[in-house]
Amino acid sequence: MKQRSLFDIISPVMTGPSSSHTAGAVRLGLMARNIYKEIPEEVTFVLYNSFAKTGKGHGTDKGLLAGLSGYSVDSENIKNIFNLKETKNIKYKYLFEQNADRHPNAVDFILSGNINMTISGSSTGAGNIEITQINEFSTRISGEFNTLLLFYKDKPGMISKVSSLIQKENINIATLECDRNAKGKTASMCICLDGEISDTIIKETENIEDVYFVRNIRKLED
Amino acid sequence: MEYSINTFEKLLNTCKKENKKIYEIMQEKEAYDFEKSVQDVRNKTENILIAMKQAINRGLKSKEKSSSGLCGDDCNKLIEKYKKHKSLFGELFEKIVSYAIATMEENLRMNKIAACPTAGSCGIVPAVIISLSEKYKLDKEEEINALITAGTIGYVFSAKIPMAGAVGGCQTECGAASAMAAAGAVYIMGGNEKQIINAAALALKNILGLTCDPVSGLVEIPCVKRNAFLAIHAITAAELTMANIESKIPADEIIDAMLQTGQLMSPLLKETSQGGLALTKSGILINRELSNKYSVTEGT
Repeated sequence: MKQRSLFDIISPVMTGPSSSHTAGAVRLGLMARNIYKEIPEEVTFVLYNSFAKTGKGHGTDKGLLAGLSGYSVDSENIKNIFNLKETKNIKYKYLFEQNADRHPNAVDFILSGNINMTISGSSTGAGNIEITQINEFSTRISGEFNTLLLFYKDKPGMISKVSSLIQKENINIATLECDRNAKGKTASMCICLDGEISDTIIKETENIEDVYFVRNIRKLED
Repeated sequence: MEYSINTFEKLLNTCKKENKKIYEIMQEKEAYDFEKSVQDVRNKTENILIAMKQAINRGLKSKEKSSSGLCGDDCNKLIEKYKKHKSLFGELFEKIVSYAIATMEENLRMNKIAACPTAGSCGIVPAVIISLSEKYKLDKEEEINALITAGTIGYVFSAKIPMAGAVGGCQTECGAASAMAAAGAVYIMGGNEKQIINAAALALKNILGLTCDPVSGLVEIPCVKRNAFLAIHAITAAELTMANIESKIPADEIIDAMLQTGQLMSPLLKETSQGGLALTKSGILINRELSNKYSVTEGT
Protein backbone atom coordinates (compact mmCIF):
# COMPACT_ATOMS: atom_id res chain seq x y z
CA MET A 1 0.00 0.00 0.00
CA LYS A 2 1.21 3.46 -0.85
CA GLN A 3 2.33 5.62 2.06
CA ARG A 4 0.13 8.72 2.02
CA SER A 5 1.86 12.07 1.88
CA LEU A 6 0.92 15.68 2.63
CA PHE A 7 2.27 16.44 -0.84
CA ASP A 8 -0.31 14.17 -2.48
CA ILE A 9 -2.75 16.79 -1.24
CA ILE A 10 -1.07 20.18 -1.79
CA SER A 11 0.84 19.33 -4.97
CA PRO A 12 2.10 18.42 -7.58
CA VAL A 13 3.08 21.67 -9.19
CA MET A 14 2.05 20.83 -12.72
CA THR A 15 0.97 22.07 -16.11
CA GLY A 16 -2.82 22.19 -16.25
CA PRO A 17 -5.59 21.54 -16.80
CA SER A 18 -6.14 18.06 -15.34
CA SER A 19 -4.18 15.91 -12.93
CA SER A 20 -5.53 12.70 -14.45
CA HIS A 21 -5.66 13.76 -18.11
CA THR A 22 -2.57 16.01 -18.30
CA ALA A 23 -0.13 15.25 -15.44
CA GLY A 24 -1.11 11.55 -15.54
CA ALA A 25 -0.47 11.50 -19.30
CA VAL A 26 2.97 13.08 -18.87
CA ARG A 27 3.87 10.55 -16.17
CA LEU A 28 2.69 7.65 -18.36
CA GLY A 29 4.91 9.02 -21.13
CA LEU A 30 7.86 9.28 -18.73
CA MET A 31 7.34 5.69 -17.59
CA ALA A 32 7.15 4.48 -21.20
CA ARG A 33 10.44 6.32 -21.78
CA ASN A 34 12.01 4.68 -18.72
CA ILE A 35 10.88 1.26 -19.95
CA TYR A 36 11.72 1.64 -23.64
CA LYS A 37 15.03 3.34 -22.76
CA GLU A 38 15.77 4.73 -26.21
CA ILE A 39 14.30 7.23 -28.58
CA PRO A 40 11.73 5.48 -30.76
CA GLU A 41 11.62 6.11 -34.50
CA GLU A 42 7.87 5.79 -34.52
CA VAL A 43 5.18 5.81 -31.90
CA THR A 44 1.44 5.31 -32.10
CA PHE A 45 -0.53 6.47 -29.07
CA VAL A 46 -3.85 4.67 -28.72
CA LEU A 47 -6.10 6.64 -26.37
CA TYR A 48 -9.12 4.90 -24.88
CA ASN A 49 -12.47 5.98 -23.46
CA SER A 50 -12.28 9.27 -21.53
CA PHE A 51 -8.70 9.82 -22.74
CA ALA A 52 -10.05 9.49 -26.29
CA LYS A 53 -13.15 11.62 -25.72
CA THR A 54 -11.70 14.54 -23.77
CA GLY A 55 -7.97 14.05 -24.37
CA LYS A 56 -7.44 16.85 -26.84
CA GLY A 57 -9.27 19.38 -24.70
CA HIS A 58 -7.09 18.37 -21.75
CA GLY A 59 -3.83 18.21 -23.68
CA THR A 60 -3.56 14.46 -23.05
CA ASP A 61 -2.06 14.03 -26.52
CA LYS A 62 0.58 16.69 -25.77
CA GLY A 63 1.27 15.26 -22.32
CA LEU A 64 1.92 11.73 -23.59
CA LEU A 65 4.42 12.96 -26.19
CA ALA A 66 6.04 15.39 -23.71
CA GLY A 67 6.56 12.61 -21.17
CA LEU A 68 7.97 10.30 -23.82
CA SER A 69 10.36 13.12 -24.73
CA GLY A 70 11.50 13.39 -21.10
CA TYR A 71 9.65 16.49 -19.91
CA SER A 72 8.31 16.52 -16.36
CA VAL A 73 4.73 17.38 -15.31
CA ASP A 74 5.58 21.03 -14.57
CA SER A 75 7.41 21.71 -17.83
CA GLU A 76 6.42 24.79 -19.77
CA ASN A 77 7.22 22.88 -22.98
CA ILE A 78 4.19 20.57 -22.75
CA LYS A 79 1.90 23.18 -24.24
CA ASN A 80 4.15 23.63 -27.31
CA ILE A 81 5.44 20.08 -27.59
CA PHE A 82 4.30 19.65 -31.22
CA ASN A 83 6.53 22.57 -32.24
CA LEU A 84 9.70 21.51 -30.41
CA LYS A 85 12.88 20.32 -32.16
CA GLU A 86 13.16 17.01 -30.31
CA THR A 87 9.76 15.80 -31.40
CA LYS A 88 10.40 16.59 -35.06
CA ASN A 89 12.48 13.42 -35.48
CA ILE A 90 9.85 11.11 -34.04
CA LYS A 91 7.02 9.97 -36.28
CA TYR A 92 3.97 9.97 -34.07
CA LYS A 93 0.26 9.54 -34.47
CA TYR A 94 -2.79 9.26 -32.29
CA LEU A 95 -5.69 6.84 -32.45
CA PHE A 96 -8.86 7.31 -30.45
CA GLU A 97 -10.88 4.29 -29.37
CA GLN A 98 -13.72 3.26 -27.11
CA ASN A 99 -13.31 -0.06 -25.30
CA ALA A 100 -15.34 -0.92 -22.22
CA ASP A 101 -12.77 -3.53 -21.15
CA ARG A 102 -10.13 -0.86 -20.69
CA HIS A 103 -9.71 1.64 -17.85
CA PRO A 104 -11.54 4.98 -18.46
CA ASN A 105 -8.16 6.70 -18.87
CA ALA A 106 -6.08 4.11 -20.70
CA VAL A 107 -3.38 4.39 -23.34
CA ASP A 108 -1.16 2.10 -25.42
CA PHE A 109 2.27 3.22 -26.62
CA ILE A 110 3.13 1.22 -29.73
CA LEU A 111 6.84 1.91 -30.09
CA SER A 112 9.12 0.92 -32.91
CA GLY A 113 12.78 1.49 -33.67
CA ASN A 114 15.72 -0.70 -32.65
CA ILE A 115 13.23 -2.81 -30.76
CA ASN A 116 9.46 -2.97 -30.98
CA MET A 117 7.47 -2.75 -27.80
CA THR A 118 3.90 -2.10 -26.75
CA ILE A 119 3.42 -0.50 -23.34
CA SER A 120 -0.03 -0.03 -21.86
CA GLY A 121 -1.01 2.05 -18.89
CA SER A 122 -3.77 3.89 -17.09
CA SER A 123 -4.04 7.22 -15.34
CA THR A 124 -5.67 6.21 -12.08
CA GLY A 125 -6.46 9.67 -10.67
CA ALA A 126 -4.72 12.63 -9.01
CA GLY A 127 -1.73 12.19 -11.33
CA ASN A 128 -1.12 8.60 -10.24
CA ILE A 129 -0.49 6.06 -12.97
CA GLU A 130 -0.02 2.36 -13.52
CA ILE A 131 1.77 0.53 -16.31
CA THR A 132 -0.57 -2.40 -16.79
CA GLN A 133 1.01 -4.32 -19.64
CA ILE A 134 4.31 -4.60 -21.50
CA ASN A 135 4.02 -6.60 -24.71
CA GLU A 136 1.85 -9.58 -23.78
CA PHE A 137 2.63 -9.50 -20.03
CA SER A 138 0.53 -7.85 -17.38
CA THR A 139 2.38 -5.64 -14.91
CA ARG A 140 1.57 -3.32 -12.05
CA ILE A 141 4.22 -0.62 -12.17
CA SER A 142 3.25 2.65 -10.48
CA GLY A 143 6.54 4.50 -10.89
CA GLU A 144 6.79 4.80 -7.12
CA PHE A 145 9.67 2.30 -6.91
CA ASN A 146 12.72 1.42 -8.93
CA THR A 147 11.56 -1.71 -10.69
CA LEU A 148 13.45 -4.64 -12.17
CA LEU A 149 11.55 -6.23 -15.05
CA LEU A 150 12.50 -9.59 -16.58
CA PHE A 151 11.15 -11.78 -19.36
CA TYR A 152 12.42 -15.36 -19.11
CA LYS A 153 11.61 -19.01 -19.72
CA ASP A 154 9.05 -20.24 -17.20
CA LYS A 155 10.89 -22.87 -15.14
CA PRO A 156 11.60 -23.64 -11.44
CA GLY A 157 14.22 -21.67 -9.51
CA MET A 158 14.18 -18.40 -11.46
CA ILE A 159 12.76 -16.25 -8.63
CA SER A 160 15.38 -17.49 -6.19
CA LYS A 161 18.22 -16.89 -8.66
CA VAL A 162 17.15 -13.30 -9.24
CA SER A 163 16.32 -12.53 -5.62
CA SER A 164 19.66 -13.88 -4.42
CA LEU A 165 21.42 -11.46 -6.80
CA ILE A 166 19.41 -8.58 -5.35
CA GLN A 167 20.16 -9.86 -1.84
CA LYS A 168 23.90 -9.48 -2.58
CA GLU A 169 23.50 -5.71 -2.46
CA ASN A 170 21.24 -5.87 0.58
CA ILE A 171 18.37 -4.17 -1.26
CA ASN A 172 14.89 -4.75 0.13
CA ILE A 173 12.20 -6.08 -2.24
CA ALA A 174 8.99 -4.10 -1.78
CA THR A 175 6.78 -6.25 -4.04
CA LEU A 176 7.31 -9.09 -6.50
CA GLU A 177 4.89 -10.20 -9.17
CA CYS A 178 5.11 -12.85 -11.90
CA ASP A 179 3.02 -13.61 -14.94
CA ARG A 180 3.36 -16.10 -17.79
CA ASN A 181 1.67 -16.76 -21.08
CA ALA A 182 1.65 -20.55 -20.54
CA LYS A 183 3.41 -23.09 -18.34
CA GLY A 184 6.94 -23.61 -19.59
CA LYS A 185 6.69 -20.69 -22.05
CA THR A 186 7.70 -17.08 -21.53
CA ALA A 187 7.16 -15.53 -18.11
CA SER A 188 7.59 -12.04 -16.66
CA MET A 189 8.84 -10.95 -13.26
CA CYS A 190 8.31 -7.47 -11.90
CA ILE A 191 10.28 -6.59 -8.77
CA CYS A 192 9.78 -3.28 -6.96
CA LEU A 193 12.85 -2.30 -4.96
CA ASP A 194 13.41 0.04 -2.03
CA GLY A 195 16.93 0.90 -3.19
CA GLU A 196 18.88 1.42 -6.36
CA ILE A 197 20.29 -1.65 -8.06
CA SER A 198 23.82 -1.57 -9.55
CA ASP A 199 24.70 -2.14 -13.20
CA THR A 200 26.73 -5.20 -12.11
CA ILE A 201 23.62 -6.90 -10.78
CA ILE A 202 21.70 -6.01 -13.93
CA LYS A 203 24.49 -7.59 -16.03
CA GLU A 204 24.49 -10.72 -13.84
CA THR A 205 20.70 -10.95 -14.15
CA GLU A 206 20.99 -10.70 -17.94
CA ASN A 207 23.52 -13.56 -17.84
CA ILE A 208 21.19 -15.99 -16.04
CA GLU A 209 20.38 -18.81 -18.45
CA ASP A 210 16.99 -18.46 -20.17
CA VAL A 211 16.56 -14.80 -19.23
CA TYR A 212 15.54 -13.07 -22.47
CA PHE A 213 15.11 -9.47 -21.48
CA VAL A 214 15.97 -7.28 -18.46
CA ARG A 215 15.03 -3.69 -17.76
CA ASN A 216 15.98 -1.58 -14.78
CA ILE A 217 13.06 0.85 -14.73
CA ARG A 218 13.73 3.98 -12.75
CA LYS A 219 11.03 5.37 -10.53
CA LEU A 220 9.38 8.69 -11.37
CA GLU A 221 10.68 11.75 -9.56
CA ASP A 222 8.11 13.76 -7.56
CA MET B 1 7.26 11.51 14.86
CA GLU B 2 5.06 8.54 14.15
CA TYR B 3 1.54 9.97 14.42
CA SER B 4 -1.69 8.36 13.30
CA ILE B 5 -4.04 11.12 12.11
CA ASN B 6 -6.58 9.37 9.90
CA THR B 7 -9.54 11.04 11.69
CA PHE B 8 -10.11 14.61 12.85
CA GLU B 9 -10.70 13.31 16.37
CA LYS B 10 -7.26 11.67 16.38
CA LEU B 11 -5.69 14.81 14.95
CA LEU B 12 -7.20 16.99 17.68
CA ASN B 13 -6.27 14.53 20.43
CA THR B 14 -2.71 14.34 19.14
CA CYS B 15 -2.48 18.15 19.14
CA LYS B 16 -3.75 18.25 22.74
CA LYS B 17 -1.54 15.45 23.98
CA GLU B 18 1.61 16.81 22.36
CA ASN B 19 0.64 20.44 22.98
CA LYS B 20 1.35 21.22 19.34
CA LYS B 21 -0.34 22.99 16.47
CA ILE B 22 -1.87 21.06 13.56
CA TYR B 23 0.90 22.11 11.16
CA GLU B 24 3.56 20.98 13.64
CA ILE B 25 2.03 17.50 13.92
CA MET B 26 1.71 17.21 10.12
CA GLN B 27 5.23 18.39 9.28
CA GLU B 28 6.74 16.08 11.91
CA LYS B 29 4.67 13.15 10.65
CA GLU B 30 5.60 13.82 7.02
CA ALA B 31 9.28 14.08 7.94
CA TYR B 32 9.10 10.81 9.90
CA ASP B 33 7.12 8.87 7.25
CA PHE B 34 9.41 9.87 4.39
CA GLU B 35 12.74 9.99 6.24
CA LYS B 36 13.23 13.71 5.65
CA SER B 37 13.82 16.68 7.92
CA VAL B 38 11.04 19.04 8.98
CA GLN B 39 12.98 21.74 7.13
CA ASP B 40 12.79 19.64 3.91
CA VAL B 41 9.01 19.45 4.31
CA ARG B 42 8.80 23.20 4.84
CA ASN B 43 11.08 23.96 1.88
CA LYS B 44 8.94 21.81 -0.38
CA THR B 45 5.82 23.60 0.89
CA GLU B 46 7.47 26.95 0.21
CA ASN B 47 8.09 25.93 -3.40
CA ILE B 48 4.39 25.17 -3.78
CA LEU B 49 3.53 28.61 -2.37
CA ILE B 50 5.91 30.20 -4.88
CA ALA B 51 4.20 28.33 -7.74
CA MET B 52 0.80 29.44 -6.42
CA LYS B 53 1.85 33.10 -6.34
CA GLN B 54 3.39 32.90 -9.81
CA ALA B 55 0.17 31.41 -11.20
CA ILE B 56 -1.88 34.21 -9.61
CA ASN B 57 0.45 36.92 -10.94
CA ARG B 58 0.45 35.50 -14.45
CA GLY B 59 -3.29 34.88 -14.37
CA LEU B 60 -4.07 38.45 -13.30
CA LYS B 61 -2.35 39.77 -16.43
CA SER B 62 -3.63 37.33 -19.06
CA LYS B 63 -6.67 37.20 -21.30
CA GLU B 64 -5.54 34.13 -23.27
CA LYS B 65 -8.34 31.66 -23.93
CA SER B 66 -8.07 27.91 -23.43
CA SER B 67 -7.60 25.64 -26.45
CA SER B 68 -11.36 25.03 -26.47
CA GLY B 69 -11.98 28.78 -26.57
CA LEU B 70 -14.63 28.45 -23.84
CA CYS B 71 -12.89 30.25 -20.98
CA GLY B 72 -9.93 32.43 -20.15
CA ASP B 73 -10.99 36.08 -20.00
CA ASP B 74 -13.11 36.17 -16.86
CA CYS B 75 -10.36 37.36 -14.51
CA ASN B 76 -9.71 40.28 -16.81
CA LYS B 77 -13.40 41.20 -16.71
CA LEU B 78 -13.32 41.20 -12.90
CA ILE B 79 -10.24 43.40 -12.79
CA GLU B 80 -11.76 45.87 -15.23
CA LYS B 81 -14.95 45.94 -13.18
CA TYR B 82 -13.12 46.58 -9.92
CA LYS B 83 -11.13 49.39 -11.53
CA LYS B 84 -14.40 51.22 -12.14
CA HIS B 85 -16.51 50.01 -9.23
CA LYS B 86 -15.00 48.64 -6.04
CA SER B 87 -16.59 45.55 -4.54
CA LEU B 88 -19.29 46.17 -1.96
CA PHE B 89 -17.47 43.67 0.23
CA GLY B 90 -14.08 45.30 0.17
CA GLU B 91 -10.66 44.67 -1.27
CA LEU B 92 -10.26 41.27 0.35
CA PHE B 93 -13.33 39.96 -1.45
CA GLU B 94 -12.02 41.35 -4.76
CA LYS B 95 -8.72 39.59 -4.24
CA ILE B 96 -10.20 36.24 -3.26
CA VAL B 97 -12.48 35.92 -6.29
CA SER B 98 -9.87 37.33 -8.70
CA TYR B 99 -7.08 35.08 -7.43
CA ALA B 100 -9.29 31.98 -7.64
CA ILE B 101 -10.24 32.69 -11.24
CA ALA B 102 -6.71 33.83 -12.18
CA THR B 103 -5.33 30.48 -10.99
CA MET B 104 -7.99 28.39 -12.69
CA GLU B 105 -7.52 30.28 -15.95
CA GLU B 106 -3.79 29.61 -15.83
CA ASN B 107 -4.67 25.95 -15.37
CA LEU B 108 -6.86 25.77 -18.46
CA ARG B 109 -4.20 27.61 -20.51
CA MET B 110 -1.92 24.63 -19.80
CA ASN B 111 0.32 26.76 -17.63
CA LYS B 112 1.90 25.84 -14.30
CA ILE B 113 -0.29 25.56 -11.18
CA ALA B 114 -0.24 23.62 -7.92
CA ALA B 115 -2.89 20.88 -7.88
CA CYS B 116 -4.18 21.59 -4.37
CA PRO B 117 -5.81 19.16 -3.93
CA THR B 118 -6.61 18.70 -7.65
CA ALA B 119 -6.07 20.73 -10.82
CA GLY B 120 -9.82 21.36 -11.15
CA SER B 121 -9.92 22.87 -7.66
CA CYS B 122 -6.52 24.58 -7.79
CA GLY B 123 -7.81 28.13 -7.32
CA ILE B 124 -9.51 27.85 -3.93
CA VAL B 125 -6.70 27.29 -1.41
CA PRO B 126 -4.26 29.82 -2.96
CA ALA B 127 -6.99 32.45 -3.36
CA VAL B 128 -7.82 32.30 0.34
CA ILE B 129 -4.36 31.83 1.80
CA ILE B 130 -2.52 34.35 -0.40
CA SER B 131 -5.25 37.01 -0.10
CA LEU B 132 -5.34 36.68 3.69
CA SER B 133 -1.57 36.56 3.87
CA GLU B 134 -1.42 39.89 2.06
CA LYS B 135 -4.10 41.34 4.33
CA TYR B 136 -2.38 40.19 7.54
CA LYS B 137 1.14 40.78 6.12
CA LEU B 138 2.27 37.26 6.96
CA ASP B 139 5.90 36.30 6.73
CA LYS B 140 7.12 33.27 4.77
CA GLU B 141 7.07 30.94 7.78
CA GLU B 142 3.47 31.83 8.65
CA GLU B 143 2.37 31.25 5.04
CA ILE B 144 4.00 27.84 5.14
CA ASN B 145 2.21 27.06 8.43
CA ALA B 146 -1.11 28.06 6.86
CA LEU B 147 -0.63 25.89 3.77
CA ILE B 148 0.45 22.87 5.83
CA THR B 149 -2.62 23.41 8.07
CA ALA B 150 -4.86 23.42 4.97
CA GLY B 151 -3.05 20.37 3.61
CA THR B 152 -3.57 18.48 6.88
CA ILE B 153 -7.35 18.81 6.48
CA GLY B 154 -7.08 17.28 3.01
CA TYR B 155 -4.77 14.59 4.35
CA VAL B 156 -7.28 13.48 7.00
CA PHE B 157 -10.17 13.80 4.55
CA SER B 158 -8.49 11.59 1.97
CA ALA B 159 -7.93 8.80 4.50
CA LYS B 160 -11.62 8.03 3.93
CA ILE B 161 -12.51 9.63 0.60
CA PRO B 162 -10.25 9.84 -2.45
CA MET B 163 -10.20 13.39 -3.76
CA ALA B 164 -11.59 12.69 -7.18
CA GLY B 165 -14.77 13.85 -8.86
CA ALA B 166 -15.09 10.39 -10.37
CA VAL B 167 -15.43 8.93 -6.87
CA GLY B 168 -17.58 11.41 -4.96
CA GLY B 169 -18.50 14.24 -7.29
CA CYS B 170 -17.29 17.82 -6.90
CA GLN B 171 -17.98 17.78 -3.15
CA THR B 172 -14.78 15.74 -2.87
CA GLU B 173 -12.74 18.15 -5.03
CA CYS B 174 -13.87 21.78 -4.74
CA GLY B 175 -15.70 20.90 -1.52
CA ALA B 176 -12.56 19.43 0.01
CA ALA B 177 -10.50 22.38 -1.26
CA SER B 178 -12.93 24.76 0.39
CA ALA B 179 -12.60 22.93 3.73
CA MET B 180 -8.82 23.12 3.41
CA ALA B 181 -8.97 26.83 2.62
CA ALA B 182 -11.34 27.45 5.55
CA ALA B 183 -8.86 25.74 7.88
CA GLY B 184 -5.98 27.79 6.49
CA ALA B 185 -8.05 30.97 6.93
CA VAL B 186 -8.84 30.18 10.58
CA TYR B 187 -5.17 29.48 11.24
CA ILE B 188 -4.32 32.91 9.81
CA MET B 189 -7.13 34.58 11.78
CA GLY B 190 -5.62 33.15 14.96
CA GLY B 191 -8.12 30.38 15.66
CA ASN B 192 -7.16 27.35 17.76
CA GLU B 193 -6.88 23.74 16.60
CA LYS B 194 -10.49 22.90 17.42
CA GLN B 195 -11.68 25.95 15.49
CA ILE B 196 -9.53 25.04 12.49
CA ILE B 197 -11.25 21.65 12.30
CA ASN B 198 -14.65 23.23 12.94
CA ALA B 199 -14.22 25.55 9.95
CA ALA B 200 -13.42 22.56 7.74
CA ALA B 201 -16.52 20.81 9.11
CA LEU B 202 -18.76 23.80 8.34
CA ALA B 203 -17.39 24.11 4.82
CA LEU B 204 -17.86 20.40 4.09
CA LYS B 205 -21.30 20.20 5.66
CA ASN B 206 -22.61 22.98 3.47
CA ILE B 207 -21.36 21.61 0.20
CA LEU B 208 -22.65 18.03 0.54
CA GLY B 209 -24.03 16.65 -2.69
CA LEU B 210 -22.15 18.88 -5.14
CA THR B 211 -21.97 16.98 -8.42
CA CYS B 212 -19.22 16.86 -11.06
CA ASP B 213 -20.87 17.39 -14.46
CA PRO B 214 -18.45 19.43 -16.57
CA VAL B 215 -19.50 20.41 -20.06
CA SER B 216 -17.74 18.31 -22.69
CA GLY B 217 -15.65 16.71 -19.94
CA LEU B 218 -13.35 19.72 -19.71
CA VAL B 219 -12.09 21.41 -16.53
CA GLU B 220 -13.77 24.66 -17.60
CA ILE B 221 -17.56 24.85 -17.24
CA PRO B 222 -18.46 25.15 -14.35
CA CYS B 223 -15.05 24.60 -12.73
CA VAL B 224 -13.45 28.02 -13.29
CA LYS B 225 -16.21 30.11 -11.73
CA ARG B 226 -16.95 27.46 -9.12
CA ASN B 227 -13.50 27.98 -7.64
CA ALA B 228 -14.39 31.61 -6.90
CA PHE B 229 -17.66 30.60 -5.25
CA LEU B 230 -16.02 27.93 -3.10
CA ALA B 231 -13.23 30.30 -2.02
CA ILE B 232 -15.89 32.63 -0.60
CA HIS B 233 -17.65 29.59 0.90
CA ALA B 234 -14.42 28.92 2.82
CA ILE B 235 -14.39 32.47 4.19
CA THR B 236 -17.99 32.09 5.38
CA ALA B 237 -17.00 28.93 7.26
CA ALA B 238 -13.99 30.70 8.79
CA GLU B 239 -15.97 33.79 9.90
CA LEU B 240 -18.75 31.70 11.47
CA THR B 241 -16.09 29.68 13.28
CA MET B 242 -14.35 32.76 14.63
CA ALA B 243 -17.72 33.75 16.11
CA ASN B 244 -17.60 30.42 17.99
CA ILE B 245 -20.40 28.93 15.94
CA GLU B 246 -19.93 25.20 16.16
CA SER B 247 -20.87 22.50 13.70
CA LYS B 248 -23.31 20.31 15.64
CA ILE B 249 -22.17 17.37 13.52
CA PRO B 250 -18.46 16.62 14.08
CA ALA B 251 -16.10 16.70 11.10
CA ASP B 252 -15.54 12.92 11.05
CA GLU B 253 -19.26 12.25 10.83
CA ILE B 254 -19.62 14.78 8.02
CA ILE B 255 -16.92 12.87 6.14
CA ASP B 256 -19.01 9.70 6.60
CA ALA B 257 -22.07 11.54 5.28
CA MET B 258 -20.08 12.82 2.31
CA LEU B 259 -18.80 9.34 1.55
CA GLN B 260 -22.34 7.98 1.64
CA THR B 261 -23.63 10.88 -0.47
CA GLY B 262 -20.90 10.17 -3.02
CA GLN B 263 -21.84 6.51 -3.12
CA LEU B 264 -25.51 7.33 -3.62
CA MET B 265 -24.72 9.88 -6.32
CA SER B 266 -25.46 8.60 -9.81
CA PRO B 267 -22.38 7.78 -11.88
CA LEU B 268 -23.91 10.11 -14.49
CA LEU B 269 -22.98 13.00 -12.17
CA LYS B 270 -19.46 11.88 -11.29
CA GLU B 271 -17.04 13.23 -13.90
CA THR B 272 -18.60 11.27 -16.75
CA SER B 273 -20.30 14.30 -18.35
CA GLN B 274 -23.40 12.19 -18.93
CA GLY B 275 -25.80 14.26 -16.84
CA GLY B 276 -26.45 17.62 -15.23
CA LEU B 277 -24.88 20.66 -16.86
CA ALA B 278 -23.13 18.53 -19.48
CA LEU B 279 -26.50 17.37 -20.84
CA THR B 280 -28.27 20.71 -20.88
CA LYS B 281 -29.26 21.98 -24.33
CA SER B 282 -26.33 24.42 -24.29
CA GLY B 283 -23.95 21.84 -22.86
CA ILE B 284 -24.76 19.39 -25.65
CA LEU B 285 -24.33 22.12 -28.27
CA ILE B 286 -20.90 23.10 -26.93
CA ASN B 287 -19.88 19.44 -26.82
CA ARG B 288 -20.93 18.96 -30.44
CA GLU B 289 -18.97 22.02 -31.60
CA LEU B 290 -15.87 20.89 -29.73
CA SER B 291 -16.14 17.33 -31.06
CA ASN B 292 -15.94 18.75 -34.57
CA LYS B 293 -13.06 21.02 -33.64
CA TYR B 294 -11.02 18.22 -32.05
CA SER B 295 -11.86 15.46 -34.51
CA VAL B 296 -8.74 15.79 -36.70
CA THR B 297 -5.95 13.36 -35.80
CA GLU B 298 -2.68 15.24 -35.48
CA GLY B 299 0.89 14.09 -36.00
CA THR B 300 3.81 14.56 -38.32
